[in-house]
Amino acid sequence: MRAAVDILVQGLLLGGLYALFALGQSLMFGVMRLTNTAQGDFIVLGAFGAIAALVALGPLVPAPQLALVLAGLLLLPAAFGAGYALQRGVLNGTLGRDPLPSLVVTFGLSIVIQNALLELFSADPRSIETGGLNTASVTLPGGITVGLLPLAIFVLAVAATAGLQWLFGSTALGRSFRAVSDDREIAELMGLDAKKVYGLATAIAFVLIAAAGMLQGMRTTVSPADGPVLLLFAFEAVIIGGMGSFWGTLAGALLLGVTQQIGFRLDPGWGIWFGHLVFLAVLVLRPQGLFPKTR
Amino acid sequence: MPHAAVEPMPVAAPAEVQPRERAPVRVTRGTRTSAAALAAGVALVAAAATLPWWAPAEHASSWMHNFVEIACYFVFAMMWNLLAGYGGMVSIGQQAYFGLGGYAMLVLANGAGVNPFLAVPLGALVAAAISVPVSFVAFRLAGGYFAIGTWVIAEVFRLGVANVSAVGGGSGTSLTALRGIEKATRETATYGLALACAVAAIAAVYLFLRSKRGLALLAIRDNEVAAESQGIDVHGMKLAVYVVAALGAGLAGALYFVGNLRISPDAAFSVNWTAFAIFMVVIGGIGRIEGPIVGALVFWALNKFLSDYGTWYLLGLGLLAIVTTLFFRQGLWGWVQQRWGWSLFPTQRRLET
Repeated sequence: MRAAVDILVQGLLLGGLYALFALGQSLMFGVMRLTNTAQGDFIVLGAFGAIAALVALGPLVPAPQLALVLAGLLLLPAAFGAGYALQRGVLNGTLGRDPLPSLVVTFGLSIVIQNALLELFSADPRSIETGGLNTASVTLPGGITVGLLPLAIFVLAVAATAGLQWLFGSTALGRSFRAVSDDREIAELMGLDAKKVYGLATAIAFVLIAAAGMLQGMRTTVSPADGPVLLLFAFEAVIIGGMGSFWGTLAGALLLGVTQQIGFRLDPGWGIWFGHLVFLAVLVLRPQGLFPKTR
Repeated sequence: MPHAAVEPMPVAAPAEVQPRERAPVRVTRGTRTSAAALAAGVALVAAAATLPWWAPAEHASSWMHNFVEIACYFVFAMMWNLLAGYGGMVSIGQQAYFGLGGYAMLVLANGAGVNPFLAVPLGALVAAAISVPVSFVAFRLAGGYFAIGTWVIAEVFRLGVANVSAVGGGSGTSLTALRGIEKATRETATYGLALACAVAAIAAVYLFLRSKRGLALLAIRDNEVAAESQGIDVHGMKLAVYVVAALGAGLAGALYFVGNLRISPDAAFSVNWTAFAIFMVVIGGIGRIEGPIVGALVFWALNKFLSDYGTWYLLGLGLLAIVTTLFFRQGLWGWVQQRWGWSLFPTQRRLET
């Protein structure tokens, strides 16, 4: 019983991280039907961006946790700008009924990022120095001990989901997201600049991606070739949860995390495989996802 | 030019009207360019087929080895072009069938004692057979999600095979069935098989696209709903294309590992196979048969001169694909076709009076 609760808790905490991987994907697909096949590589790029910022900050800021906060303050606005620029400069030109151009361009970006990181940082796995934060733990009521960092990531994932849902449902920007998603032409007739709206959607997605990358680097290690696996986890979370709902994406990510955790306990070699199978099972039995919602 | 299907329409003419005098109409398919291309192609294949007899002895082995490798890339790219460029199904998971073809060939040859060269087409058939049940899962997704969903499926096969100790698990195994065969014989046989596969891939795709079914496929690519409303069995057609593409990918995989003698899950199910196919097809020109041919030549040339630069080479290939997609969406051959109107493999029908 105790072991089962432990697996469940660890799985949910892992799922929290996957939710952060997936929310950006969910947002970009929801607003402009763009499948970003470089999602995972951008997460890895975010982690390496943080590592580079920490190297630069190292001599100036002696306290590692303060340096982390400063690196985050540098990285997240930079990600916002980069996302906006990428969408306006490159991705807007690939949108259309044919999915091929956006797939080829993002897939090309994925190869470019992987090899550029390989050239700059070598293939060694690296992690982000947290000053002991990654080993700190808390004991929950009931006697289960969980890592402080995974718990914080989980809380952040729930907060990010709630924040996105609020942004989508209750703000002027969210209204323009929904409008261009429903019908781009009509939205433009009503005076919206769809290209700018798409740019803002990608900018927000990139903030989430950079945060997810930084947290991944703090929780475990990153190496330049990690991107595709992260993309697949993000994608599975979106599909399991059902397209069009951020809470669905969170639920899908949590389910994936728990499934993988169960798989890892049964046999370490089959954990990820087990997660893939659950994804395929959902696809066959309930292709609309577990919590579909048309916005 | 639109692909105009010409079928005589049965018109019930009223009895009192005399049938009008009609100019004789002729439907032509070939062009002068395509006739020249066919002649050049036959000459090239004849030259290639006799290579073991005329190549200088010190180069023959490495030339044949290089050709086998490029033929595998080419056949695989040709099939990806059929799937994505003509069928509209953009997949990032075709490496699943490349790996399955390779492993099926290995199991048949090592385990069941089948002649390895005979096991190559059999391996392709196994890959095609597996693609039928897989399509039930993959076809639940469309567009960009189909692309990543097929990638997940390929990963399921990779991780699955990596956990089967009978074929060496994660570290792979060797094709021991070829041990008794002399090196020169083995190389020549592999080379001949590779040449046959490359020619068969071009011929099969071309003849298919010229047929009535090929016309239906183009209609589906241009507008699925409209094609369905014209009575085309869209789902059946897509399934057929998916299975044929899996067959071709399996053939390429089985052939590659006969030439390579060693297989591992990471090499067989690597997403790089599909990445290279996408880059070749996009750079050469998607949705045209010349595309993968030109792409394979470009790929081969870049690989020959730049592969020492490793990461930079891949980085450049990725950038080239991005730039081509953004600014020359028709690819190299599309540009040639626009500029000079050349078409080596014309599939459209033209009316001549």
